Amino acid sequence: MKIQIDKARCIAAGQCVLQAPKVFDQDEEDGIVILLNDNPTEDLWESTRMAARLCPSEAITIIED
Amino acid sequence: MDGSVLIVGASVAGVGVLNELRRLGFNGQITLVDSDPEYPYDRPPLSKSVLTGDPSIDGVLLHQRPHYDGLKAKIIRASSAIRLDGERREVELDSGARISADFIVIATGSRARPFLADGAQGLVLTLRSYCDAMRLRALLQPRISVAIVGGGFIGAEVASSVRAIGADATIIERDPLPLERVLGTTVARRVASLHEAAGVVQVCDTGVERIRQMLSGRQYLELANGTSIEADVVVAGLGNIPNVEWAAGSGVEIDNGIFCDGSGRTRMPGIYAAGDVARWQSHDGGHARRHEHWTAAREQARIVAHAIAGAEPEKAWGAFLPYFWSDLHGRRLQALGRTSGIDDVRLAFENPDKGSFLYEYYEAGNLAGVAGIGVAGKITRYNHVLTDVGEGARTKIEETVN
Repeated sequence: MKIQIDKARCIAAGQCVLQAPKVFDQDEEDGIVILLNDNPTEDLWESTRMAARLCPSEAITIIED
Repeated sequence: MDGSVLIVGASVAGVGVLNELRRLGFNGQITLVDSDPEYPYDRPPLSKSVLTGDPSIDGVLLHQRPHYDGLKAKIIRASSAIRLDGERREVELDSGARISADFIVIATGSRARPFLADGAQGLVLTLRSYCDAMRLRALLQPRISVAIVGGGFIGAEVASSVRAIGADATIIERDPLPLERVLGTTVARRVASLHEAAGVVQVCDTGVERIRQMLSGRQYLELANGTSIEADVVVAGLGNIPNVEWAAGSGVEIDNGIFCDGSGRTRMPGIYAAGDVARWQSHDGGHARRHEHWTAAREQARIVAHAIAGAEPEKAWGAFLPYFWSDLHGRRLQALGRTSGIDDVRLAFENPDKGSFLYEYYEAGNLAGVAGIGVAGKITRYNHVLTDVGEGARTKIEETVN
């Protein structure tokens, strides 16, 4: 699984950080998404998929291998 | 899953329904129709970067064109729906075309409330569409003066953009303090200080009685408090009116928006509503209201798509926490949960050097919401807490009822 984020779309709602804190973080001040891991291990796939589904701005793209 | 879906209005809600339907595997025909000539675009940048930075339509499109081809969606632009036949589930367009579908989603949004003061017609701009933003952008120049009627979020963001390009901004607000109704007195005062520090003049507790164009081409605003203001450009941000007129007589209930349940169903079978135009029933039996925020439109779209596809949403409307953000003078203001009409507001964090702060809003001793500036990372951490409080409160309601 590969992950791409679009910082321009991000609206700092923080849903991704709640779902998958090992994969996503956000800027402390403006809240824009920070990708911690663009190639997460299998144990993180489900939470990462949920993060992408719940992202209100569809700023997360998952490329399944 | 098949059948046909007609989505009337292609902004965040309308496009959200399309995306979510396809994600859920709906493979019937989907048509989006919108009165705007542009491909569907995002509105938050219109009062921000479109005024101060890159104004290209490409920069604000919700998706680039191939996205819609990829989803096999038919997009009809620059076409207004003028009539809805609820029994036949048929929409008539201003071109004369009629489109019927198994499901219709009303997502026609809202329009800027016109400013009706004496003399205002033709002299006052509003900001709702990309075209509105480009018109305003063309008039903005350093050192001119801009009067902004209404100190809500649009007014505040326009003021911020006006200052960013080096022009003077004056906000005229009817209430004693801008945003007080939304954020409460304490936080509204902090926002007012932010404006002040950025050089925005705020004239409160009064309205504009009359506008006259002077020989110089500038505009002369007479205020109710007996004073006056001169400005090169006047913009009104007085809230929005739902675009419901076209659906009159269709059988759907219209009362300050399209009335629907917590899944977006109107009382006509197969007809749903989402976004600014929709007045959704609250999950806890509270007052149905229009939720005029970007994330609410997005959530409603998701839920409506699930209802049409016969699927269960990951997150029901009742689990949705209100969220909004605004960019003011280079800072990000965010609010999560309920912040309106709450007096018990407590400072939870402050960094005076950075101008960051976070306030907690308590109702009957329970945390109901948070708001702050420059504290996005902290606000996120409240998400779980606020959701748990919400569920706790619901359990209590259910226990009382049973």
